Amino acid sequence: MGTRDYAFISLCLAAMLALGTGLLRQDRIAEPESFRPAQYQDDDFTSVVAKVNNEFRQHWSDNQIEFAPRADDLTIARRLSLGLVGTIPSLEEIRELQKHDPLYRQQWWLSHLFEDRRYSDYMGERLARAYVGTENGPFLVYRRRKFVMWLSERLNSNARYDSIVRDLIADKGLWTDTPAVNFVTVTIDQNNDRKGPNPIRLAARTTRAFLGMRIDCLQCHDDRLGNVALGTLDDPRDGLQADFHQLAAFFSEAKSSLLGVRDQAGEEYNYRYLEAETEELIPPAVPFSPELLPEDGNRRQRLAKWVTHRDNKPFARAAVNRIWALMFGRPLVDPVDDIPLNEDFPPGLETLADDFVEHDFNIQRLIRVIAETEVFQIDSRAPFEITNKHESSFAAFPLSRLRPEQVAGSVIQASSLKTIDADVHIVFQLQRYNEQNEFIQRYGDPGDDEFVEPGGTISQRLLMMNGDLVSRRSRANMISAANRIAQLTDDDKHAVEVVYLTVFSRKPSEKEQEHFVARLQEEKSMQFRTRTVEDMIWILLNSTEFSWNH
Amino acid sequence: MMQHNHSCGTAAHFSRRTLVQAAGLAGATWLTPLSQALAQQADTKSKPQAKSVIVLWLQGGPSQFETFDPKPGTKIGGDTVAIKTSVPGIELAQGFEPLAELMDDVSIVRSVVSKEGDHERATYNVKTGFRPDPTLVHPALGAVVCHQLPDDLEIPRHVSIYPNNWPARGGYLGDQFDAFKINDPSGRIPDVRTGVKDDRLKRRLDDLVNVVESEFSRGRVKDIDSKTLHKTSILNARRMMSSEQLDAFDINKAPESLLAKYGDTRFGRGCLAAVQLIEVGVRCVEVTLNGWDTHANNHELQRGQVDILAPAFAALVADLKERDLLDQTVVLCGGEFGRTPRINPLGGRDHWPHGFSVAMAGGGIRGGQIVGETDTDIDFDDRENRTKHVADPKNVEDVHATVLHTLGVNFQQELNTPVGRPMIVSKGTPIKQLLG
Repeated sequence: MGTRDYAFISLCLAAMLALGTGLLRQDRIAEPESFRPAQYQDDDFTSVVAKVNNEFRQHWSDNQIEFAPRADDLTIARRLSLGLVGTIPSLEEIRELQKHDPLYRQQWWLSHLFEDRRYSDYMGERLARAYVGTENGPFLVYRRRKFVMWLSERLNSNARYDSIVRDLIADKGLWTDTPAVNFVTVTIDQNNDRKGPNPIRLAARTTRAFLGMRIDCLQCHDDRLGNVALGTLDDPRDGLQADFHQLAAFFSEAKSSLLGVRDQAGEEYNYRYLEAETEELIPPAVPFSPELLPEDGNRRQRLAKWVTHRDNKPFARAAVNRIWALMFGRPLVDPVDDIPLNEDFPPGLETLADDFVEHDFNIQRLIRVIAETEVFQIDSRAPFEITNKHESSFAAFPLSRLRPEQVAGSVIQASSLKTIDADVHIVFQLQRYNEQNEFIQRYGDPGDDEFVEPGGTISQRLLMMNGDLVSRRSRANMISAANRIAQLTDDDKHAVEVVYLTVFSRKPSEKEQEHFVARLQEEKSMQFRTRTVEDMIWILLNSTEFSWNH
Repeated sequence: MMQHNHSCGTAAHFSRRTLVQAAGLAGATWLTPLSQALAQQADTKSKPQAKSVIVLWLQGGPSQFETFDPKPGTKIGGDTVAIKTSVPGIELAQGFEPLAELMDDVSIVRSVVSKEGDHERATYNVKTGFRPDPTLVHPALGAVVCHQLPDDLEIPRHVSIYPNNWPARGGYLGDQFDAFKINDPSGRIPDVRTGVKDDRLKRRLDDLVNVVESEFSRGRVKDIDSKTLHKTSILNARRMMSSEQLDAFDINKAPESLLAKYGDTRFGRGCLAAVQLIEVGVRCVEVTLNGWDTHANNHELQRGQVDILAPAFAALVADLKERDLLDQTVVLCGGEFGRTPRINPLGGRDHWPHGFSVAMAGGGIRGGQIVGETDTDIDFDDRENRTKHVADPKNVEDVHATVLHTLGVNFQQELNTPVGRPMIVSKGTPIKQLLG
């Protein structure tokens, strides 16, 4: 054997050693700077969690609904990861999580996720769907990518939610330099008669996205079916066509030119109401709580201040309901943007909305509070028979189908033992980006319909069973999880456990452990072992458990 | 937790147009939605001929002047030459010679109007028959047809060939009504061939269903598969993977002479596959031809597109007829909007939703008809009143209603959407001139 052979063997051994580090060495994940254990013991935090818990317990008791026990820590961590960064936790992250005190484990996990750029990028995209939809929008004057990046920056710095929304409604400038204005420019229809931002679309979007109310019906006529209740609790009234158009009038001054979006004082809003003979001048007015509307500022600024006013409860409720929906896969009030103005609210909503206002519209705190509640940590399985009633009351964690980018992101993460985050090499990030886009194109993106619950389809199943992404990602190669698990685990039991932790974020049950260990022991060759690990990963990726949040 | 039925329904919810109509009948009977619905139902009682639909989707916005509504010798017509067809009085743009011979089977609606001039929004509008609505995603025509006319086929009943960014979707009817997407039918069908041997696949599926799925369902919501449809979709996917009906996607076995008639182009091959798919029972096939967005050099680019479209369209109609399928298959050919009467300084035409053309054939649609008319003298700067140059204007939804009518679908019915909001299938009115 020559020197070159020894060198080659040494290189191979070094490579094997390097590969093994992911499994054999406990990788160090940086301690998140925002993790403050004392905060989560503080009465200010625990009292609101307890209040939400009590409200749900009372609701279940009043309605004689049994509730499921607490889920295990890893299941809860998986939910948070899917909701906040759009993928499952890596084995590396699971190992780190398991080292932390169970009392603060979820809060540590949240700190870790919040400091991961994937959080703001993913949340930015999800929230952008509510603010500007998924369409590409008008040419040049609308830059969706810039908009999402801006939103991501604001979320990354945990900017106050009310300030984000004020910028969206009232900011001015160029769509490239002041990306918030894309909220306005997306409504420009360059090929139709009206060249400027469209007050009607802006009014509809503002009420749905920021107030959680659908008053679109009022665009064409007064409410005749009792669907849009305005006024106050003591003095409710049906919505009028004027309510919609007076709100739209706040956007009449918004104009767009090569210099960007600006406000042109004196630009009025005219509209011909149903059954009216002629158009009339519509003054700006808000559909409820007029006392909160300030006098100063231009029309959009006044509207922005009114929408985000501390006492404008629908604003806080809408934010809570949407964040809740992103975390649970299902809103508290369904549809997510159709919260009544004056009715009994479900448990949790008012308490969380009040806490959100009291803590300066702090989104990360809201997420932390929700994550700490019993209802978020409840199991999706129970010793009693779970029915739709249990799920709709959150007495058992509702099953919700993962979105396409969550499935793709999770397949990609499951093929690696290390975390595929913003710190991985650019080559891997590009690969991930391309694979994910290709997958979503074929899987189908539900677009603006964020929280519908259809079952899986044949096309999606075919894509998972035979498509390139799963085939490639479940196959053993130098750096894949399949290869590393087959080569480097101590024994068969350990191998099965690592596969389950990597793909399902949980340990296998006794039955599963027994079954797959027996599979691994059918033949004693590394080739067979590798192939069986590939099969196990493929099987788990093709399961309901993988494709659904639970 | 709380589910609100804040319906903004349609039959129970007067549209502005209905009210204007009613106002016009002052003193006469109030045209209630109920009476409208009853009238509609009576109208749809005649026996439907059509069973399936082929949509030839011209993405980008074909120019009506260079296709189905030429205006030779006029200021707006450009250099386009018109040719005569087998129906006296009907002319098409030069390049449509193959289709001109079949004009007795084909009709043109020259007066389609819409309010959407952006590609994405207009595509949504024309494919679904509704303008984009942030609260709801409407199903495309093919999804509605599949939903309304159920049958048991081993392959998908809704197919999109050469899908772009906006293929036909199931919308609120559910993803299961999305079109199954394929590219060139001379290549392999995506995702139906497994990369492992049969015995290995069988072992994988056995372990999946017997071990992993059964473990997951333990203690979870009752009758879990009725909610997730997971096992059902695995079984159906498996059935499709081994189905002989898959051969319908494959055009390699078709005679070369037949393929030549379609024009051996990507689009031509897609059209041939569409006919084969319809023959085995697929309900709706969408074949996309991109490249119609001609903001510059309009005439040359449109002519290039016509040279691809015309032989394929003509061969498709002739082939359907040859296979005795034309009577039961509606063919719809058009794009998201038309193009401006004015030719811009780059020799292009821009987007124009205020009077454009779609062609229709088969499925009981009366052939040799021209519906509506666009003017040759258009005041382009009169932005407020652009559709005044269109005689007998038809809305996009009227085209949908016409197709659904021929299929016997009660398009006035309201379907319940997942958010509890009832939604009419189509708010259009069938174009009587096209009904046999």
